[in-house]
Amino acid sequence: MRKTVWSMCSMCSVRCPIKVEVEDGKVKWIEGNPHLLKGALCAKGSAGIALQRDSERPQQPLIRRGGRGAGKWEPVSWYTALDYVADKMNKIKEKYGAKAMMLSCRGGPWQDMWKTFIHGFGSPNFTNHDSGCGRNVHHASKSVYGLGRKGFIYDLKNAKHLISFGRNLMASLRVAEVNQIMDMLDNGGSFTYVDVRQTLTGIKATRFFQVRPGTDYALALGMINEVIKQEAYDKEFIEKYTTGFDKMAEFVEQYTAEWAAKECGIKVKKIKDFVSEIGQQRPSVVFHPGWMLSRYKDSFYASRMLHILNVLMGSVEVKGGQQFPKTPADCGVKGLRTFSSLVPKPEDKRADGVGWKYKHFDKGPGLFHLFYDAMLTGEPYPIKGVICYRHDPFNCFPDVAAQKEAFDNCELLVSIDTHYSEFGWYSDVILPESMYLERETPVVTQKGPKPRFAFRDRAVEPRFDTKPSWEIFKMLADRLGMSEYFPYNNAEEMWQFQLEPTGFTIDDLREKGFVALTDEPIMYDRDNLEGKFKTPSGKIEFVSQMLEENGLPSFKPYESPHKPPKGRFRLIFGRSPVHAHGHTINNPLLNELMPENTLWINSRVANRMGISEGDWVDVIADSQKGTIRAHVTDFIHPEAVYTVHGFGRQVPLQSRAYHAGMSDQKLQEGLLEMMDPAGGGLCLCEKFVTVRRSPRNPRRRVEL
Amino acid sequence: MNKYMIYLNSKRCIGCHGCEVHCKTNKDLPVGPFLCEISHEPLKAVKGVPKTEYHFRSCYHCEDPYCVPICPTGAMKKREDGIVYVDTEACIGCMACAGACPWHIPQYNPNTGKAVKCDYCMDRVDAGLKPACVTKCTTRALKFVTIQEL
Repeated sequence: MRKTVWSMCSMCSVRCPIKVEVEDGKVKWIEGNPHLLKGALCAKGSAGIALQRDSERPQQPLIRRGGRGAGKWEPVSWYTALDYVADKMNKIKEKYGAKAMMLSCRGGPWQDMWKTFIHGFGSPNFTNHDSGCGRNVHHASKSVYGLGRKGFIYDLKNAKHLISFGRNLMASLRVAEVNQIMDMLDNGGSFTYVDVRQTLTGIKATRFFQVRPGTDYALALGMINEVIKQEAYDKEFIEKYTTGFDKMAEFVEQYTAEWAAKECGIKVKKIKDFVSEIGQQRPSVVFHPGWMLSRYKDSFYASRMLHILNVLMGSVEVKGGQQFPKTPADCGVKGLRTFSSLVPKPEDKRADGVGWKYKHFDKGPGLFHLFYDAMLTGEPYPIKGVICYRHDPFNCFPDVAAQKEAFDNCELLVSIDTHYSEFGWYSDVILPESMYLERETPVVTQKGPKPRFAFRDRAVEPRFDTKPSWEIFKMLADRLGMSEYFPYNNAEEMWQFQLEPTGFTIDDLREKGFVALTDEPIMYDRDNLEGKFKTPSGKIEFVSQMLEENGLPSFKPYESPHKPPKGRFRLIFGRSPVHAHGHTINNPLLNELMPENTLWINSRVANRMGISEGDWVDVIADSQKGTIRAHVTDFIHPEAVYTVHGFGRQVPLQSRAYHAGMSDQKLQEGLLEMMDPAGGGLCLCEKFVTVRRSPRNPRRRVEL
Repeated sequence: MNKYMIYLNSKRCIGCHGCEVHCKTNKDLPVGPFLCEISHEPLKAVKGVPKTEYHFRSCYHCEDPYCVPICPTGAMKKREDGIVYVDTEACIGCMACAGACPWHIPQYNPNTGKAVKCDYCMDRVDAGLKPACVTKCTTRALKFVTIQEL
C-alpha cells in the first residue's frame, strides 16, 4: 500500500517542509513539499532514509551501569527508565529544590512543550544551545529594534544587494533561502561577501572582501563612516523612526574607510565603490546580521553595526529588504493554544543569573554556559540534574574536559535524542526519541509574509523501541504528578488542544502539510510603523537604553585583534552542505560524501612549513591535540586555519564517525568562560593553535 | 537519436551534492556506487572574486554505446528514446559493461550483485516525472531537457 505523508525534515535545524512517500511501511521517497519548495531538497534531506534504516542509533532506553562515559549500558524498558528518571528528579527536588533541575534543548519552534515540562516541575532553568550560536545577533537586534533576531525576515529574492559577513548561506543551506538568493542573482542582484576564506557562498558573490580574522567590526564601522560621508543613508527614515544618530555619527568619525581598509587588509577603493553602490540600491539592501556569531570578542558589536547598516539603508518593511514576519493575528486568525499557558511561572531566580544578575539578556532561554558555574560552585544555588533534549553540549560548547568537570557535580544527566550524542554517551540515562520520519510533532506557527500553521505527521512506525518526545514528556509528567500540563493521550488530542482556538483541524493541515493563513503576502504601511519597535523609546535606538542602563556602551571603541605568534594560527570553524554539525557525521550516505574534515591552511604559510596538500598535520591547543589532513589553499587568510565543525566524535557505537576527523570544540580550551559581556555569546574563534607537519607522515616505506 | 539530456546551470549550482544522494536513495543504493557526480574546477580569481565552475556527470547515453554489445546476456540495452539501461533480470553482474565504458560509468551494486547505472530514472520518466536528481535539485540548477529535432 502506498501513502503520502506530510512532514518536516529534521536532518538539520532548518526544518524544511517535506513530502514522504511510503510503500508497505517503508519510506521510498522524500522530496521538498511541492507547494512550498517545488520538490527541492538537499543531500541531508534525502539521506533521512539512510538515517531511518541505520541501526547505529539507540534502540531502547539505556541506563548507565559503569562510570560516566565508559559505555556500559543496561537496556531497560520504558517503564523502568522513566521511573528511574522520575525517582531521581524527585530526590533532587527533595534535597535541593525543584530549581536544581535544568532542561536544555536545541531551540526552535517546539520549545513550548519542553519549557512547560521544566517550569511545571517548578524550575525556572530552561535553556538552549544558543549561547554557542546566535545569542550575540539576537541581543544585538534587541538593542537596536527591541526585537529578537527573528523580528525580521529578509525578502532576498527581490533584494538588489545582499551583504553577508561570514554567514555561509550556501553551506548552512536553508533550501527556500538559497533559492531566493539564486533568484536574486539571476535577476542581476549584487552580492557582497566578507570572510577570512573563500566558501561555497563566496564563490557566488559579485564582490569579495577577504579580511584579516577578527576585523568584521572594523569593516562595518568603516562602512558606516563611508555611508555617512557619502550621505548614502535614508534620511527621512532615520528622522522618523530612530534616536541617537548624531552620537553614532560622532563615534564612527574616527573609523574612516581608509582606516578600515588598512585594518582589514583590503583596498579602500573597494569599500568606497561598495558604499556608492548600496547608496543607489537602498532601501532594497540586506545586510545579513549574522547567524552563528559566537566568534570574536566584539561579535556582538559587529552584529549591532550590521543591524544599524540595515537601518541606515532604510531596509525596514520594504520589498527586497527586511520585513516584519506576519502573525496569525495579522490574518485575523487566533494563535495556537500553548502548553505553557497552563503552567504558573516559576518564582525562583534563574541559576544562570539571566534576568537578575544580567538584566540585559533575554530571559527566555538564558545562557547555558553560565549554568556550569552553578554546578561547580553551588552559586547562586546548585544545579544537580540536567536533561538535554536533542541538544549536545559536548558538540556545541567549547572545552569538553571543563564541561565534564562541571557535569560531574550533577546527580542526574539525561539525554533524550534520536542518535547517540557525545553528551548522551556521558549521561546516566538515554531516552531514545523516534527519528523524525517515525514520529509526530506539535503544530507550529511559521511567521512570514504569508504566515501558516505546519506540522509533522508520522510517516512510518518506529523500527526500534523508541518514542516521540510528546509521549516521553507526557509519560514523565504523569510520573511527576503534573499530568494537567500535558492534557492529551495521543497525538490527535495534542493537536486538537493546540488548534482549538484557531478554528482549524488537523485534517486541514493534512491536505498539504500546512495551512496558509492568507493568500497574498501582508505588508504593513511603512509610513505608520509606530509601536512596531519594542525598545524603551519605541524608536530604533542607535544609542541603546537597554545597554546604557546596564553599564554597557552602545558603541565600543575598536580594539585590533591579536596577531597569532609564528607557527600559531587562529582556529576558525564552519559548515559543510552535507553535514549538520555533529548530527549527521555517522549517517551512512552523508559519511560517504564527507567522512572526515581537513585543515585549511594558506599555501604560502604551508610552503614555508613544509606542509603539502594531503599531509597529516597536528593541531595542538593547550593539552588537546587533533591530527587531520591538510588542505593547502591560496584562499584562506595566513593568520587562520579552518576546519568543518562536528567531527572527531568519540561514541564507539557510531562506527563510521568514531574518531574520524578532528573536533574543534575540544581544542577550544579555556573558552567556556570567555563570554561577550554585552552579547552573551561565547567567543569561539579566540583560540590560537599550533600547527605542525605530523610525525605520522611516513618518511620511509618499511614494510614490503 | 537520443531524446533526453540532463543539463546543469553552473551559475545556480551551489555544490551541495544533493543530486548524488537523491539518486542513491531513489535507486536504493548502499554505500559504494554513485550514479552521478558533481565536480568543480580549482578556484580562480575573476575580478577579485575566487570563482569556480561546477560540472555534473551521470551517463552520456552514447549514440553507439560500447557497454551494450559487450554485455554477454543482453542485459544492457538502449531504448528507442536513447536511454541506456540495465535489465536487472538478465544482468549477471560480470561488469563487462564497466570495462567497456571509457568512463567506467556502470557501477557494481553490492546489495544486488548486479550492474547499476543512470537510466534517467526511466520509470519516473515513463510516468511523466523527471529524474530524481532533477526533481529534487536544491536550487533547481539541473534541468531535464527533451531534445527537439530542428
